[in-house]
Parts: sequence; structure tokens; C-alpha cells
Amino acid sequence: MEKILMKGNEALAEGAIIAGCKAFFGYPITPSSEIAEYMARKFPKIDGVFVQAESELAAINMVYGGAATGHRVMTASSGPGISLKQEGISFIAEAELPCLIVNISRGGPGLGGIQPAQSDYFQATRGGGHGDYRLIVLAPSGVQEMMDFAIESFDLADRYRTPVMIMAEGTLGQMMEPIIVREPVTQFYEKPWATNGCQGRQPNIVNTLHLSADYLEERNHHLQRKYDDIVSREKRAESYLTEDADMVVVAFGLMARIAKRAVMEARKTGIKVGLIRPITLWPFPDTEIIKTAQTAKRFLSVEISMGQMIEDIRLAVAGRVPVDFFGRIGVTPNPEEIFRAIMQIAEREGM
Amino acid sequence: MKVVAKRPESLKDNRFHYCPGCTHGIIHRLVAECLDELSLRESAIGICPVGCAVLAYDYFNCDMLEAAHGRAPAIATGIKRLLPDKTVFTYQGDGDLASIGMGEIIHAALRGEKITVIFVNNAIYGMTGGQMAPTTLLGQVTTTSPYGRKKEWEGYPAKMAELLAQSEGSAYICRSSVHNPANILKTKKAIMKALKIQQAGLGFSMVEILSTCPTNWGLGPLEALEWLEYNMIPYYPLGELKVKEVE
Repeated sequence: MEKILMKGNEALAEGAIIAGCKAFFGYPITPSSEIAEYMARKFPKIDGVFVQAESELAAINMVYGGAATGHRVMTASSGPGISLKQEGISFIAEAELPCLIVNISRGGPGLGGIQPAQSDYFQATRGGGHGDYRLIVLAPSGVQEMMDFAIESFDLADRYRTPVMIMAEGTLGQMMEPIIVREPVTQFYEKPWATNGCQGRQPNIVNTLHLSADYLEERNHHLQRKYDDIVSREKRAESYLTEDADMVVVAFGLMARIAKRAVMEARKTGIKVGLIRPITLWPFPDTEIIKTAQTAKRFLSVEISMGQMIEDIRLAVAGRVPVDFFGRIGVTPNPEEIFRAIMQIAEREGM
Repeated sequence: MKVVAKRPESLKDNRFHYCPGCTHGIIHRLVAECLDELSLRESAIGICPVGCAVLAYDYFNCDMLEAAHGRAPAIATGIKRLLPDKTVFTYQGDGDLASIGMGEIIHAALRGEKITVIFVNNAIYGMTGGQMAPTTLLGQVTTTSPYGRKKEWEGYPAKMAELLAQSEGSAYICRSSVHNPANILKTKKAIMKALKIQQAGLGFSMVEILSTCPTNWGLGPLEALEWLEYNMIPYYPLGELKVKEVE
């Protein structure tokens, strides 16, 4: 099949269109802006909706309204903008409105920088806003997956009636790779709950206010059952040379591809190293970690942060296996640095 | 027997939770009557605010959404852009629209969003218990302006109708009141006009409606109506501020 060269942000945007996305609401922020720009060029020509909102607050609430009509809609931003969107994301999660939220992530805290980072991991995987909720979070590792995960996100969002987040380092948004462009999605979900005018039916209400304590608790149990269902069905990870590994590197996103190179180099020296790449950050693929922890002696979490995913690895191994950390921020670790970190641990532990 | 008055079809058979003497009930009924008379109930999608009207989804008998505080115009934008043939309205109070939602309302008007905003201005925060609103009058005592609002300290009350009338995107901006029957009828006419202007696709429309809050003003229902007339109308003059005619 013919491949074309595409930039990550544009591949993601085109993937959303392939999935039948009808509207984009957003606010410019580096390094995500190409997604908005792509939609601004495309949507007017294909009867779609593009609105550059006055703020991230407004953008996410336009998504709330747009998703409530039953159409597939999305927004994209980066760390500081995703922080502003948290109010709306909490409402969207409770209102059970399907949509795609993209974080082309950069380093924080505060205004931080525009270099790629993974330090929004906590924000993405713990809900992010107020209340007990979760987002399905997918972490692509290449430009092909930027497109493929965008397509799949809308399916997951509709299937579970929940917001889905794609979190990708800024690098993935900015870099170009040859990809196969997918066929347009033709099968969609019925949405009898949509607020699109009550002709021939009882009015629908999209609401997140539950003043009765009992009903509020019931709503939370309802969400929790849905999240349990997602946890049981949707955990995804990729494993590489873990069967005989003494040490297992865990890394996600583009970072995982870089770490893989270091793992291959370390293997050449005779050290038994493997790699687990979480594809879903939530639900976290702990099953894969737990399985590997039966034979591996150590884990090494490699992140572009000061150490966030490491907490989920530690929760998964529950103290049975030690977990080391190597991470940087502002700078994406290169294969040589990770290789040195692996060798250092191997030497220290006599592997 | 002849029916001379009945509940509009656009209102559900639910008892309002509003305080005695509050004019939200009148305004709800006017909006519902207009939706009925224009046969818009089945194509209408309403958005409730945070504030006393937060439960309006229990009252309006059409598709309804509940917004985060101040965000109703953004939600309305998302809906209307995807469903341009439907009638989209927001129902917002003064804290919601003029304070926390100032950004959303101004930009909805600047973009000329083809939505109708019912803006209920009672110069105070009702639901949270009588705090100062951006529309609280100078000298007015509230729980957070306990010595009366002073221009040196709290600044000036927001004149939203005047502000939004300046926007090229605004097609209809009117301020009315519901303190007596004549003005109630005028308010209904304004809401009708706003909805028709939305149907005609002329742009953004808003009716600012001066309303009472006897509970938090510390007045009886009748005294509250008088207080509105003698204190609010001089600062918030009634009338149409912007009209793009339906061609």
C-alpha cells in the first residue's frame, strides 16, 4: 500500500476526519497548533465545523455542547491549555459525552517550556479535574499511531460514552514519518441520549447536578462500573524481549521507541533486558507488569518527567520487585543515556 | 367550559423551586409561551446556568443541558454550529453571565452566534445566599458588600445590554423588566423577537430581564417589585438597544 509523508499533528487530525469527526473547537498552543490549523483548512470544505475559541475554557465547553448533539467532536491542546480544560473535562466525564481530547505535551509546571515532555501523566491518568472520574488515555509512539489512535479513540469514546485522551510528546506532533492513510469509518453508533431537539420523543437532559446524596452516590457507582469494565477490556501494552529479562525497561510514547534502541544495545553486551511499552496509560497495563514481575529482577521506568508513571509500576509490582527511575525534563533522553542507566544498574546489581 | 389559561406545553408539570415573589417563574413561563407560539418546542435546545435557574432543565419541556458556571454560551455555540436549524437558547443569571461567564458571552456576541440569551438580572447572587454580583448597584448592601457597594472599592455595576449591543455580531439586544403586567407583556414581545431573529439567522440575540430577589434583598414580594422599579430601572434603562430587522 502506498505510504505518504505526514507530520504527527496532521496525521492525527486527518485520522479524526477519517473517523467521522465533524467539529474541532480549540485554542492555539505550541506544540499542538498544527491540529487546529489542519482542521481550519479542511473542515470548511467538507461541511465540518471549526471554531477558534476565545479560551480553553470556552473550547472544551463547545466540545461539551457539540458532543451532546451526538456528533463526533474534538479539541487539542498542550499542558497549560489542558489544565484550563479540566473543569469542562470533569463535566464531560460525568455527562458521559464521547469526545476526543488531545494533549501534545510539553514540559511544566507553570508555563514551562515548549520542549516535549511526559509530565502530564498524573493529570491524564488520575482524571485531572474534580471528582471521581477517569479518561481512557492512549499514548501513540509514531506518526502512524497518531492517525490510528485518533480513529480508534472515537470508537472507544462512543462505545463507553466517555471522553478519550491521546497524550503524545510534542516530538510526535512535530515529526514526519511515512504512513498509510486509513479508509474512512462508515459505521457509527446510535445516540438516543443526544440533545438534538425532542421531535417525536420525550426531552433529553444532559446534566451533572445531583443534589440528592443517594443519587450522587448511585451516579458514581455507575461511572465506576463503567471504568471497571474499561479496565477489564482495554488495557494495552507491547512487550519486547521480556520472557527471559532480568531487567525490564518501561517507557511509553516516542520515549518507548528510543528506549528500545538502548535495550537492543544492552542485549548486545549480554545483559538480559526487555521492554514494556504501555499503550493505554489509563487503564494502566498492570497485568503485563505483574506477569513480567514473576521472572524479572528489576524494573526501570524511563520517562520525560521527574517520575510519574513509576508510581503505577510500583503499584503493579506491589513491592515484590524494585523499580528504578531514569528521567529528564526539557530534554528527551537519548539511547546512549538510557543505555548507560541500564549498564549502571546491571553493574550495581551484578546482572 | 372554556379554557382561558393553561400551562404552556413547553413547561413540564413540575412545581418551581423558586422563592415566593421571585420573578424567575414569570420569565420561565414567558419563554415557554414564546416557544409554544412559534412552534419551536421540538426544535429547541436550552442551556441552564449555575445559579437559581440551575434546575431549569426540570421545568422546560424541551431538550436541555446543564452548563458549568458561565459557560452556557460556549455550549450553545457547540450545539448551534453542529445543528444550525435548531433553536438554541441559554438562560443565565447575572453572576453566571456577567462575572464568571463574561468571556464566553462577549465572544459569543462577537462571533454573532445565532443563539438567544435570556439574561435574568436581579443584581445579586441568589443561590449562594446574597453575595455581590457584577450588577449589584452602587450603595446596595449584600453579604460581600456589607457596607454597601462603593465605586472606590468594588467598582461599577456591569451594563451588559449596552456592552453587547456594541458588538457587530449582535442582531437583537433588549432590556426589559417583569415588575408589572405592562412590562411583562413587553418582555414577552422581546423574547419573541429575539427567537425570530435567531430563526432568521441574523446573529446573536439577548433579552436582559430585570428581575427580583426578595429573599436576598430582604424585602417582601411587593416591596421588591417597587425596589426594582425605583432603583434598578434608573441605572438599567429599558428598551431595545440593537435591532437588525428581519427582512
